[in-house]
Amino acid sequence: MGAGHRHQLYLPGDSVVHRLPPQCKLLAVFAFALVVVATPRERFWAFAVYALLLAGVVMMARVPLPYVLRRMVIEVPFVLFAFFIPVIGLGERTTVLGLSLSVPGLWAAWNILAKATLGVVASILLAATTEPRTILLGAQRLRLPGLLVQIAMFMLRYMDVILDEMRRMRVARESRGFVARDLRHVPVIARSAGALFIRSYERGERVHLAMLSRGYDGQMPIIHDMSASVRQWGTALALPAVALATWGLTW
Amino acid sequence: MGTDVVNSLEVRQLAYAYPDGTQALFGVDLSIARGERVALLGPNGAGKTTLVMHLNGILTAGHGSVSVAGTPVRKDTLKEIRQRVGLVFQDPDDQLFMPTVRDDVAFGPANAGLRGAELDRVVEDALERVGMLAAADRPPHHLSFGQRRRVAVATVLAMAPEILVLDEPSSNLDPAARRELAEILRSLDVTVLMVTHDLPYALELCERSLILSGGVIAADGPTRELLADSELLAEHRLELPYGFAIPAV
Repeated sequence: MGAGHRHQLYLPGDSVVHRLPPQCKLLAVFAFALVVVATPRERFWAFAVYALLLAGVVMMARVPLPYVLRRMVIEVPFVLFAFFIPVIGLGERTTVLGLSLSVPGLWAAWNILAKATLGVVASILLAATTEPRTILLGAQRLRLPGLLVQIAMFMLRYMDVILDEMRRMRVARESRGFVARDLRHVPVIARSAGALFIRSYERGERVHLAMLSRGYDGQMPIIHDMSASVRQWGTALALPAVALATWGLTW
Repeated sequence: MGTDVVNSLEVRQLAYAYPDGTQALFGVDLSIARGERVALLGPNGAGKTTLVMHLNGILTAGHGSVSVAGTPVRKDTLKEIRQRVGLVFQDPDDQLFMPTVRDDVAFGPANAGLRGAELDRVVEDALERVGMLAAADRPPHHLSFGQRRRVAVATVLAMAPEILVLDEPSSNLDPAARRELAEILRSLDVTVLMVTHDLPYALELCERSLILSGGVIAADGPTRELLADSELLAEHRLELPYGFAIPAV
């Protein structure tokens, strides 16, 4: 993770999807994920429809496909886990390419793989079309507890400041001949982390004073009016609505 | 100092001890008339920051009183006081906590209840006054240090304060940024209290200076006269930079 990490997530653009208010997109992705998770794993073609729906969003948002695929790397640990389940799973077994695999394990692996992939792609699309700070404003709008939104907002703002501080401490260590080579150097790094924590904590206190000085009373003031029109809600919620209809049809 | 007009700032017999018992202020008296630009000089540890914290009620007086434009600093007046006293902190990263410059400048006025077009107007006006309107939609960490300090001044100007209190405004600025900030401060039509140990900066911007030393006001007079008195300066651990001579009027 480096400075500017978050900018890789957001792809500036001016598509229908980009222009939707963040609260609509957040709710749409959340509802879509619920429908996906609630779909029984035996309904293969429902999953195919969900994938097509997401492909439609990719086209509408004009997000390049390689970009989406690259971001999907985050899913790799889950994929590996999914591959192990059939091998170590119990119950009825079948043979695929000379390997003895558990049938319930295969089902479980498919279940994880399909649902996780759909969820991850939907989230990637949300992040690619919505600036991080507006995602938070959307969350605030959806009545997510204010304190949580504020914490996330400060993390966004101060990540670079703290990473910078970390870099300076590393330069200071290395300027005095320290190079972390093996386990014996862990205490030095740990002490640096402790110092960084204290510094950040003190900064937090100063920021709080600055906020108080400008009339902060525990609530973030609403600076942007981000109300969404019925049409915008309709556009955004079309995704989970179609998904839900698919789910209903497959009964 | 006893004028019939209400002073911007009036501090009477202010004393304060930190919770651990360290006494920082021992009875500070000062008053600043409306429209004045005053420098508060003093060595490190003289109690400058402690005094500043009292001006908008972050610390409350152990003894004595502070009043801003006639309103005493008390628990029930805090909201009003904080709108009237604009504190600019030393590290702009402490002051700029919102995701964009515009949001940050809007924070104070929005807390005061402004919304919509009126809020936009106030924000843009404040940014214009410090020459940072073009950077309105950028995140603060993409700005240079000098630009961040100017935005920090704007965040406070947006609240239309009675008095602007600047903590070490020239620290960490390169010479050009230092001069630009001086020009901005001179162009503002507002009472200023500038806490600093940059003596040439005080001379450049403030007609009058106070020396805070050992928790009391040790001297109060025209900046030019105070800085010409090398014994007085030495007594309070203040020094003009090497090679600096007070220019003739």
